[in-house]
Amino acid sequence: MTNSANSAGRATRESNTRPLNRFEITKRMVAKLTQGEAVIGGIGNTNFDLWCSGQRPENFYMLGSMGLAIPIALGVALAQPSRKVIALEGDGSLLMQLGCLSTVAIRAPRNLIIIVMDNGIYQITGAQQTATAASVDLVAVARACGLAASHWAADEADFDALFDAAQERAAPSLIALRIDDQAAVGQTEREPARIRDQFMRGIGAKGNRPVTQSPSNKI
Amino acid sequence: MDTAVNAEARVRTWHGVLHKVLVANDIRLVTYVPDNVLKPLLADIHGDPFFDAFCVTREEEGLGIISGAWMGGKRGVLLMQTSGFATLPNVLASLCTAFQIPALMIVSERGTLGEFNYGQALVLKTMRPVLDSLALEHHTCTRLDELEFIADRTIKQAVATQAPAALILSPLLTGGKVLKP
Ligand SMILES: Cc1ncc(C[n+]2csc(CCOP(=O)(O)OP(=O)(O)O)c2C)c(N)n1
Repeated sequence: MTNSANSAGRATRESNTRPLNRFEITKRMVAKLTQGEAVIGGIGNTNFDLWCSGQRPENFYMLGSMGLAIPIALGVALAQPSRKVIALEGDGSLLMQLGCLSTVAIRAPRNLIIIVMDNGIYQITGAQQTATAASVDLVAVARACGLAASHWAADEADFDALFDAAQERAAPSLIALRIDDQAAVGQTEREPARIRDQFMRGIGAKGNRPVTQSPSNKI
Repeated sequence: MDTAVNAEARVRTWHGVLHKVLVANDIRLVTYVPDNVLKPLLADIHGDPFFDAFCVTREEEGLGIISGAWMGGKRGVLLMQTSGFATLPNVLASLCTAFQIPALMIVSERGTLGEFNYGQALVLKTMRPVLDSLALEHHTCTRLDELEFIADRTIKQAVATQAPAALILSPLLTGGKVLKP
């Protein structure tokens, strides 16, 4: 356990005792979801492993728009402030859309949790190195953007503690994990319209009121 | 705050009409990357507590945010200029169109009718072909007397058909931006 290191802000990317596994951590996190939390999986492996962890109706599996798991999650969080929303994102994807960390910090939604799966590679396109393998510390970047509750998880128990704290926190949190180079254990069924429809119903944004009451009918 | 007098005065400007149409269609979330021509509309929106409006760092990010908000039950719009639209084809195709999300875009048109920046003029040439190639509904607003009808109907159609749509604000409507001597 290196919680003390985390709370003192001293844990770094390299301080992990060993790389964690994306699928194992995803399953671990999903097992903690009891309040209908929404989960947004990013491109490729993050949403594939989310899919393979069990297809909760509150899960959204993003296909194709690399880098947008956090912005999409922010949108859901703003629309439903009383529901916790979790974004699962890869390091390459976050590096493509770093500006979103500053937007999250400024908006400071109480209900957003960002989980970054950092393998130091663009695993799915052939394992080319990302900048985190060389010099970039995404937790330091997040803190510099103003996301004070940003931490590296040192091991499974540390992840548990950080995630539990994030669930309780009335401010956005970011948890980064150094993970191994494994691909996801399976693949999402790529049916975008169905994924979106099930997600909207899963979080109560559809199917619970008659269409005729839509405000679009008034002007 | 919104009084009857303010509301009356608003409909005499292009930004006032758009403000009114956004309110009437319950579009509360406004994301934008700043643009000079949009300044009065952004000021109107920031001045009305009906809206939750904020600046984003990239247009793609804004489209992601309003897409997430739509799925969560809150309507939004992304405001930008032509060059910002040009950064969006991948997200429009792979997120908004594929997932059938009625992302609403309002674009202030640069690159025509007195443009002074060659880059803006060229990038405008890509905008309508991109919208057409994705078969997305778009309308160019040139006249104040047509604006409310076009904007209102475009929003209603986007929502009803679950398809993204763009309102392009021509310099004929807004005055555009010209080089100051
Ligand atoms: C805009 C865009 N650029 C490039 C790609 C190709 N691409 C798909 S996934 C991916 C790598 C994602 O890397 P990361 O987020 O680190 O996840 P990992 O594969 O390592 O799990 C790339 C480059 C894409 N889909 N979209």
